[in-house]
Amino acid sequence: MSAAAGAIPRSGMSAVRALFRDQPIIPLTGLLVVLVLVMELASPGIVRPSWAGVMLRTAVPLAILAGCQTLTMLTGGIDLSVGAVASMVGFVTATLIHSPGGVPQAIAVALAAAALAGLITGIAVGVFRVHPLIVTLGMSFVVLGLANVWQLQSVQTGAGVPDVLRTVGSGLQLDIVPNSLIVFVPIVAVILLVLRRTGYGRLLYAIGDNPVAARLSGARSWQVLMVLYVISALLAGVAGLVLAGLTNTASVSLADSSVLPSIAATVIGGTSILGGRGGYGGTIVGAVILTVLSALLTVVGLPEPTRQIVFGSIIVLVAAAYNRVTAET
Amino acid sequence: MSAAAPPLGAAQARPLDTLVAFTRRNAWSIGLIAVLVGLLLFTKALQPRYGPITLQGLATSVQPLLLAAVAQAIVVISGGIDLSIGSMMALTSVVSASLMAKQSEEVGVAVVLGVLLLGIALGAVNGAVVVITRVPDIVVTLAMSFVWAGSALLVRSAPGGGAASWLKSLVVGPLANEWIPKAAVVALVVVFVVWIPLSRSRLGLSIYSIGSDRLAAFRSGVSVGPTRFAAYVMTGLFSALAGLSLTATTGIGSPVPGPYTLFSVAAVVLGGVSLAGGRGGVFGPIVAVVVLQLIQTDLTFLRVDSNLALVAQGAILIAVVMVGSLITMRRSRG
Amino acid sequence: MTVAATDLLLEATGVAKTYGAVVALRSASLAVRPGEVHALMGANGAGKSTLVKILTGAVRPDAGTITVHGRPLVASSPAAARRGGIVSVYQEPALIPDLDIRSNLRLTATPIEPFRNWLDQLGVADLDLSALARRLPLATLRVVDLARALAIEPDVLMLDEMTAALPANLTERVLEVIGRQRGGERCVVFISHRMIEIGAVCDRATVLREGATVGVVDVTPGSENRIVELMLGQIAEDIPDAVEQASTHVTTADVVPRLSARSLGSGAKLDDVSFDLRPGEVLGVVALEGQGQDELFDILAGMSRPTGGSVTVDGSPVAFRHPADAIRAGVVYVAADRAEALLMQRSVRENIALPLVARLRRWGPINLGEERRIVDGAIQTLQIDTRAKGEVRRLSGGNQQKVTIARWVAGGVRTMICFDPTRGIDIGTKRQIYALLRDLAAAGAAILLYTSELKEVQLVCDRAIVIFGGKVVRELSRAEADEPALLRAAYNLRSDSELPEVAVAEIVAQADGTPVEAIESPDPAPPERPAAAASISNPPDEPE
Repeated sequence: MSAAAGAIPRSGMSAVRALFRDQPIIPLTGLLVVLVLVMELASPGIVRPSWAGVMLRTAVPLAILAGCQTLTMLTGGIDLSVGAVASMVGFVTATLIHSPGGVPQAIAVALAAAALAGLITGIAVGVFRVHPLIVTLGMSFVVLGLANVWQLQSVQTGAGVPDVLRTVGSGLQLDIVPNSLIVFVPIVAVILLVLRRTGYGRLLYAIGDNPVAARLSGARSWQVLMVLYVISALLAGVAGLVLAGLTNTASVSLADSSVLPSIAATVIGGTSILGGRGGYGGTIVGAVILTVLSALLTVVGLPEPTRQIVFGSIIVLVAAAYNRVTAET
Repeated sequence: MSAAAPPLGAAQARPLDTLVAFTRRNAWSIGLIAVLVGLLLFTKALQPRYGPITLQGLATSVQPLLLAAVAQAIVVISGGIDLSIGSMMALTSVVSASLMAKQSEEVGVAVVLGVLLLGIALGAVNGAVVVITRVPDIVVTLAMSFVWAGSALLVRSAPGGGAASWLKSLVVGPLANEWIPKAAVVALVVVFVVWIPLSRSRLGLSIYSIGSDRLAAFRSGVSVGPTRFAAYVMTGLFSALAGLSLTATTGIGSPVPGPYTLFSVAAVVLGGVSLAGGRGGVFGPIVAVVVLQLIQTDLTFLRVDSNLALVAQGAILIAVVMVGSLITMRRSRG
Repeated sequence: MTVAATDLLLEATGVAKTYGAVVALRSASLAVRPGEVHALMGANGAGKSTLVKILTGAVRPDAGTITVHGRPLVASSPAAARRGGIVSVYQEPALIPDLDIRSNLRLTATPIEPFRNWLDQLGVADLDLSALARRLPLATLRVVDLARALAIEPDVLMLDEMTAALPANLTERVLEVIGRQRGGERCVVFISHRMIEIGAVCDRATVLREGATVGVVDVTPGSENRIVELMLGQIAEDIPDAVEQASTHVTTADVVPRLSARSLGSGAKLDDVSFDLRPGEVLGVVALEGQGQDELFDILAGMSRPTGGSVTVDGSPVAFRHPADAIRAGVVYVAADRAEALLMQRSVRENIALPLVARLRRWGPINLGEERRIVDGAIQTLQIDTRAKGEVRRLSGGNQQKVTIARWVAGGVRTMICFDPTRGIDIGTKRQIYALLRDLAAAGAAILLYTSELKEVQLVCDRAIVIFGGKVVRELSRAEADEPALLRAAYNLRSDSELPEVAVAEIVAQADGTPVEAIESPDPAPPERPAAAASISNPPDEPE
């Protein structure tokens, strides 16, 4: 073997590649700054502390949903049911506020329903090895349909987004700091800790990187995947609660339009759609970037459909670019 | 080393053997047809007035889905999957409805041809991106589905437009006999005019071969990349046909994609096309589409909430795919 | 040059191919005349399969020229090679499983009548053309693939191990048909692990070693020795003194074996393998490619289940349903294919610590201090170069292989099964791995080592078993297991035979038909050999 027994030397180009591959947060933050500057140019005076607060508040539910995508994508999967599950949890909670146990019971019931959906998905993916995209696509229809049924059942009882959710979802301290950070910061801390410091986190990466190697090392991937999709559904449920509070609406299709941005945020954040590489830090920055980009497109006057086209193209381009950057000969 | 050769493929073609062989090879389709017949009888029992008119209605409402299932079947046979079929249908439908609105019949002909070319172009973009970027099919077509859906909304932000009357007349009413719905005949003719020559051609064989065993196909001299591309192009063409069918059956174009992508996947799997590629044809998915539609009709007759019907569709999809995966796992283990 | 280039039907010169840092072919040449059946020989890893892939267009060479009938061949794909006149038949038939035979013929534009005709000659007269390929037995598919190739009337027919695991009566018909190609217009390049077949049908043999052509031999009775010599090259190069001698302590038979196999079988590939692996010993497994060793190791590692026989660990029977079961029983697996065993995008630390977190009860927080201690210990033991520790795929092959071993050393080894752990890695690392395996054994571990490098056996193993055709055919002590003995055993040749008469008798007895030696050969070969081949005998420099 002619190659030296050490590291393969890097050229300047490959140093840039390594930066994008290992520390995507740095170039991403740069991109975010550029976007903010463009925003200021497009609409002078708009960039203020309170604007930043509003952007952050908007980004929080998206970032939580993108957390679902990050975790599932690390294993080489994806979760298309997050939109339906998030909407369902927000909606069910809103219809149950008059139940005996009040808001806590409402939230608990709604999250339990979400966990059940996640468990079924997890079984189909982990045990039956059906591609997660197809399972979660089917699951989103099941959840949406059941939520619709529930809607017809519960019309009489009356519904409303509880005050506590409105406060958490849409409140701003000093007009700057969003209240939703109370929920978001612990979630971020837990996800980052799980991914970096627990055996479970290691296994998520391992299964996504090389399922055969994980198996050879004694990991039973079905256990990992089953738990993963339950976690994903619960996270989606929390995002649905925050989103319901933010928009003060409870509808069965509330979060549908957030599914694509959640995937885009994760892909932009440097998590490989093929699994095994990435993290939640980049995803959060990706979610903020998309929120700002969205605001920018609105300011410039581009309609919603354009946003879809832009986001869809971004997913393809970024996935292809990461493919190229990480494909070493 | 074992001493004797294993038995070889039998050559004597006695009629009974041929029948048995045919039955075994088409077991899934035959079972599916049995389910279909059972469902038809069940429907008739539920709704004694079920007759030619309702059958024509069924054919009309099922036509877009039928063409979507054929579109999905082709790409799945090649070993891929296309999640942008619903969006391509929405785009081609709004384009055709917008261009045909208040125009003459002759313009309608030109629009139909143009929209078919558009479908080929959309499929070509999907295929080229899949082959060139090497990003998994499922991811590319999911992302492209948003691009096409967004484009559809740009063409037309709300449902509207119109369809040439000759186009609309193609999908309603009977043909010759009141029991033969024109929509079904048109769809089947369109499918088989394209499918039969395709499946007999070398391209068709190549599409099967890359789905069945990509290495063996490569060694047999098949160009894998161009063949995958061609499969996506065919899928684009059939998506455009499905989009035109939407315009013809509804008389307008709607920019919001219906659940056609999901149903096409369900129909393909239920129709005996392996998601791993290489197996099945378009006949199974066509029957499966009718079965799925009849289930929905029956649920309506049974006064089941239409939302539960949606649940049933999703559950059937997951269940069918799980069973299919289980069969594959058994086979590979055994 | 004694033979003008145009007299050659197929000529390849200076063909080279490098995969990353691994040199697969350095300078291979092959010259085949019309009407000749030409054997391509070489031990595992000599570059045979790479050369075949290049000739058939599956892989592009880095250097070298290939001509057919004196015309340069641009084999950019199998389709192009086919147009250039080269058609090949592989061990795995290139038939599409989900298409019937007729469609498979149409896919390759094969005329049906000649196909039928060849099929008749090959003894499969009653094939149903409408049968799906996946419904036919593998042996039939091979013959169908051969008939299909012949029906195209190619200039060059490449047969890559196509007789492996073929029933005797079919093998005989195949050899007969191949033999009949002698003296005709086309030529056949024949690759087989069976010397008897080479002797029966081939005119000459080209021998590859370490990626280069080292000689061309006229196949005559007794030429096996010359071929084996060429395949081995200069025995005992620079390794032996570097490695400490294998331990000579004799393990007593009454010790309970760590791992025993009894009559293990798996489908058609693995037939009857039994052995005992005792604590403190390194047991070598030697086999040519595809003799069932892959299946054996898959079963022992818990990756697949046997179809027959039993496995016991420490005297109690086990049935592994998952690698986790094997690991819990103390049986750990080191794979040759590092792409299979490693998380290429993850760090050295994560790769080594992976088994530590694999179990359900270790899903919780990681004790980073303890992990660092264990991982650093393993890195130290194996002397892994961690300059590129961030991503395992940036390590050299040798260091990658060390990581796959370190993973198990970190947790303490009871029984380790290693599948060709030194494949494609540098000599320094090889030595370290040999030493490590001996150290582990000295500490009481039991090690099963399959190796494709025969000289490793005497360096590392206490004894060795040889598998051929899914069966253990010989067991050799360390003293007996020199390279010639192992290679002969691996080809299932008797150790002392000039001509494997016993083996020939066996084959003839199995094939209840006329012996294939009856074929008369017009022998177009003039006494001179092409210059391209005859003079090549200088040992090329060590690639390491």
